[in-house]
Amino acid sequence: MCLGIPGKIIEITDVQQKLAVVNVGGVKRQVNIACIVNEQHSVESCVGDWVLVHVGFAMNRIHEKEAIETLRLLEELAEAVAMG
Amino acid sequence: MKYVDEFREPKKADALFRAIEKLSQHLIKPIKIMEVCGGHTHSIFKYGIEEILPEAIELIHGPGCPVCVMPRGRLDDAISISLNSNVIFTTFGDAMRVPGSQTTLLQAKAQGADIRMVYSPLDSLRIAKENPEKEVVFFALGFETTAPSTAFTILQAASEKIQNFSMFSNHVLVIPALKALLDNPDLQLDGFIGPGHVSMVIGTDPYEFISQQYQKPIVISGFEPLDIIQSIWMLLQQIVENRCQVENQYNRLVEKIGNQVAIATMNQVFENRESFEWRGLGEIPYSGLKIRPEYAEFDAELKFPLPNQKVADHKACQCGEILKGVLKPWQCKVFGTACTPETPIGTCMVSSEGACAAYYKYGRFSHLAKKMMLDKEKIKA
Ligand code: SF4
Repeated sequence: MCLGIPGKIIEITDVQQKLAVVNVGGVKRQVNIACIVNEQHSVESCVGDWVLVHVGFAMNRIHEKEAIETLRLLEELAEAVAMG
Repeated sequence: MKYVDEFREPKKADALFRAIEKLSQHLIKPIKIMEVCGGHTHSIFKYGIEEILPEAIELIHGPGCPVCVMPRGRLDDAISISLNSNVIFTTFGDAMRVPGSQTTLLQAKAQGADIRMVYSPLDSLRIAKENPEKEVVFFALGFETTAPSTAFTILQAASEKIQNFSMFSNHVLVIPALKALLDNPDLQLDGFIGPGHVSMVIGTDPYEFISQQYQKPIVISGFEPLDIIQSIWMLLQQIVENRCQVENQYNRLVEKIGNQVAIATMNQVFENRESFEWRGLGEIPYSGLKIRPEYAEFDAELKFPLPNQKVADHKACQCGEILKGVLKPWQCKVFGTACTPETPIGTCMVSSEGACAAYYKYGRFSHLAKKMMLDKEKIKA
């Protein structure tokens, strides 16, 4: 039930209603982005954001920096294991 | 970065398994780890993670499947709403096969009730706008992950003054359920894999009591295979080093304080019920959400007369024991015989996130399955 899919916001379709088009694994979907908009982050500035989509809503932004860091850590582990 | 394939890479998974294997040799006794969320249960089976873990690590599949914990009485209420001739009842697909005391929503639909599956609560609101002569009801289910979206939908209905729309709220909260599990003496756990998407809403702070009051480690985890395996590795490190902390494996999405906009919206529309019944776990204080009086016009519980009966679980059903992790699915007498995904008796068999359905679908050929056969032979003998 809590499943969510990562997608990238490609276009804002309705600033008032906070609706955007998100590319989710190659499929375009209309998504409500009210949850990820605040004073620091306006509706318009959401284009290009990666978000987690759940039941038609973008529930949170995905942070690239942290993702890269996690993968880097695992890469290091893999190298260490390969070295024995 | 696509945030999917990168977290499925076999080379990294293999390295993690080896690290886990090595570390597990330092365990002084076998350990039990509970994955709370049904989404994790599903991934664990789909990717065969359980089978590759060292024998000293046992995974217990927790109650984090909102459909699995829905008591029969609440389903009867939902079905009774759907049977009103002027109602269009809308629901996530997951709820269609969940058995009430007599029937399911699927059977009610077959008998003529206008029940429609929707992907989003906003679809339900759209149906209400398209059908002004009908009462449209949304079956609001799910944990904190989903509650903000239904709260937003109610706010939108209020701002657009839509009068033929309401929700039957059955939202449940993870933290009170975790507390109830930790207080249960039947259950001896060594750590938790924490629900990633609930946590993207509530943050990691609300879990602090688990490490502070109960001295158990918890790692908030993502849903891809590498996420889950890394979380098990992190938990194992805590256990071996005798630490208990709230750690966050899923920091690409989960922040310490969660999503404040989502939390505020949820709190604006919903308030805690004094108590809510969970199938298998019984009444848990402050574990469910109801619509606040300010939004009473959107509350289906007030709009429709409900049977509101408590109904005991099916006699043969051991979902409660499964949800608490006290029994394994194959230890239930009706598992795979009277109870299958086509004809579920208990809810753990209905949703693919339920432990029984996951074992049924993915686990039958694993080494656990062999054990299961032996167990069954023993029971027969
Ligand atoms: S096999 Fe069916 S009845 Fe038995 S515990 Fe699982 S879901 Fe419940």
